[in-house]
Amino acid sequence: MGFEEVRFEKDSDKAIQNKPLQKALVNVTDRFRIARNKASSEVPGWEELRSAAREIKKNTIENLDKYLITLEENVIKSGGRVHWAKDSNEASQIIVNIANERNVKSVVKSKSMATEEIDLNSSFEGAGIKVVETDLGEYIIQLAGEHPSHIIAPAIHKTKDDISKLFSEKLDIPHYDKPEELTKVAREKLRSEFLNAGMGVTGANFAVAETGTIVVVENEGNARLTTTVPKIHVALVGIEKLIPKYEDLSLFLTILARSATGQKSSTYVSFITGPKRASDIEGPEEFHLVLLDNGRSGVLASEETRESLYCIRCGACLNNCPVYRHVGGHSYGSVYSGPIGAIITPQLMGIDKAPELPFASSLCGACHDVCPVKIDFPKVLLTLRERIVKSRKLHIKNTKDIIEKLGIKFWRFTVAHESIYKITNKLSYYLQTPWKQSNGRLRSLPYPFSRWTDQRDFPALAKRTFRDRWKERRG
Amino acid sequence: MNQENATKRPIKVYIFITCLVDTFFPEVGESMVKVLDDLGVEVDFIQEQTCCGQPAFNSGYQDDARTVAERFLSIFAKALNHDSNTETYIICPSGSCTSMVKVFYEDLFKNCPETLKKVSRIKENTYEFSEFLVKVLNTVDVGAEYKGVVTYHASCHLLRELRVKDGPRQLIQSVKGVKFKEMDLHDACCGFGGTFSIKFPNVSVSMLDEKINCIVNSGADTVVSADMGCLMNIGGALSRRNIPIKVMHLAQLLASRG
Repeated sequence: MGFEEVRFEKDSDKAIQNKPLQKALVNVTDRFRIARNKASSEVPGWEELRSAAREIKKNTIENLDKYLITLEENVIKSGGRVHWAKDSNEASQIIVNIANERNVKSVVKSKSMATEEIDLNSSFEGAGIKVVETDLGEYIIQLAGEHPSHIIAPAIHKTKDDISKLFSEKLDIPHYDKPEELTKVAREKLRSEFLNAGMGVTGANFAVAETGTIVVVENEGNARLTTTVPKIHVALVGIEKLIPKYEDLSLFLTILARSATGQKSSTYVSFITGPKRASDIEGPEEFHLVLLDNGRSGVLASEETRESLYCIRCGACLNNCPVYRHVGGHSYGSVYSGPIGAIITPQLMGIDKAPELPFASSLCGACHDVCPVKIDFPKVLLTLRERIVKSRKLHIKNTKDIIEKLGIKFWRFTVAHESIYKITNKLSYYLQTPWKQSNGRLRSLPYPFSRWTDQRDFPALAKRTFRDRWKERRG
Repeated sequence: MNQENATKRPIKVYIFITCLVDTFFPEVGESMVKVLDDLGVEVDFIQEQTCCGQPAFNSGYQDDARTVAERFLSIFAKALNHDSNTETYIICPSGSCTSMVKVFYEDLFKNCPETLKKVSRIKENTYEFSEFLVKVLNTVDVGAEYKGVVTYHASCHLLRELRVKDGPRQLIQSVKGVKFKEMDLHDACCGFGGTFSIKFPNVSVSMLDEKINCIVNSGADTVVSADMGCLMNIGGALSRRNIPIKVMHLAQLLASRG
């Protein structure tokens, strides 16, 4: 499965200790963030474009049943085939079957989060089919046997030296130091893979219902090759990737590249409508669209959180998230990381599988501010937090949850009565004495406050509260 | 505009002190009162008030938050009704607690139309302290004096929920004797996030360390913000690391007189 176990606190602690990773995270998020801010500020009416994009996505998601049927009809009309996959097993099975039935021995892939989500590579390998990632970042992490740590830059957790060592070991070549040399090696290796592949697999950034067109956005030309050189093209697309009309693309392509990398447009944008036609010089003989649900219709069912499906996977929320900046992608335990991972993973996997993630945010709102479809991340996170708290089965072993619940109940009881609030404050003032330092601060406190005082001082409660002072002065 | 203009019309404010300022930082509340007093605003404080409900709300305990929020609403609704003939406001020295009332109460009570009416009445009369000075009193110079190099940490809820960005900087820069220095990543979260800071302490402190570096590198001797949540986090790290940079709420800076 593309989803591993979610252990946010444990894995984030490890990431924070990893100095090269910390440096890489700052570099990449700074670069993307600054580029995105510049690019978006140069577009007149950027905010209106975001609102318009949100409206289109809202309408699409709310009428998804209708648009999906239109999409299917139009893909078939253009000579393609459509497959429906309810979960990752079914999707993998469909794609592996397409390959097996046509005796495909080797597959090339361009970067696709949906295929990462269903861990398609393992299914190919299990069926004895060779699969090669052709996006440079994906190629690197495939060689390393790892998962992507960023939606658009999957290998940002790897340094140049890591990659040099990895290439040397796995590809049996000398150590190259320069990125240009390493890229050249990858290009040479991949060229022959393209020529030998019987099938190309991609995702899609958009699927246009009106025309049955899928759109693939990329910078390396590898997706263009993946969709044109092999005889069969299979696109795995999450059902939320729909947009209704072809003309909607002008808006979505305007906001996607700028939000993702700060580019005005990505280097390649491929529009694919069915397989090769008689008049075409190149292109695959077969085109298959596999529509993936894998929990999405469950997300759609919730009015409060369905906006999570508006996401166009630009990665801007990651690049602007102060938490992601410090913990990196792998801490989120799924192929989707950062704020979008924190809201989508618990919904796709089930909140019981990732109960930490909706809490892994300081609710600073930076993601909401940059999201090109204005997903209200804080609101969705808060809704998920409530669901998690309500679904908790308090067991004697879960002392953390029990302490938290007791703490909240005690707090509520206290602040609901002014007199009890005052007494509690007075008592706490005296109770804090053993921990109070000469500078008036608390340096160590018992659990759970120790989690504050281990690394920071805590202020001491005032002897006379504001209300005491007010009363004395103004009566 | 100067102070005289600010006080042309009679204005009354009820302080929404916040539990944090009430119990840990009463001097911040007193500074706020002093600034408002000096501007000729009538200030009142309702003793029954405690908390707005945010700690429970952010932790996923919406039902508990609702109970506490309802209490808050009835206390302050009564106050506003009492003074229906005067221009009356609720003023709070925290962007976070203010956004709880102005932004998040609507979510919290989305299924209670009756309470929503109360929320909208309260919401339009509630202001964060700096926003009140700049937008309602049209004042950026309150006659304060402070000798120091000051940098400003933009607290998240004030900036991104209430959209208050320039006002606090104008207020700081109008203080006589202040040299203002913008820090890098001035709008990045300090890592507080309420219970986030103890749920994921290492992540919180990693974010905080970067913030502290930005503050130190700005060359400022004083860091100012409009939220004591952020400032107890930032101040807690500064004092643990023995970094002699002063931590001040904006109200304290504005109450300084040389």
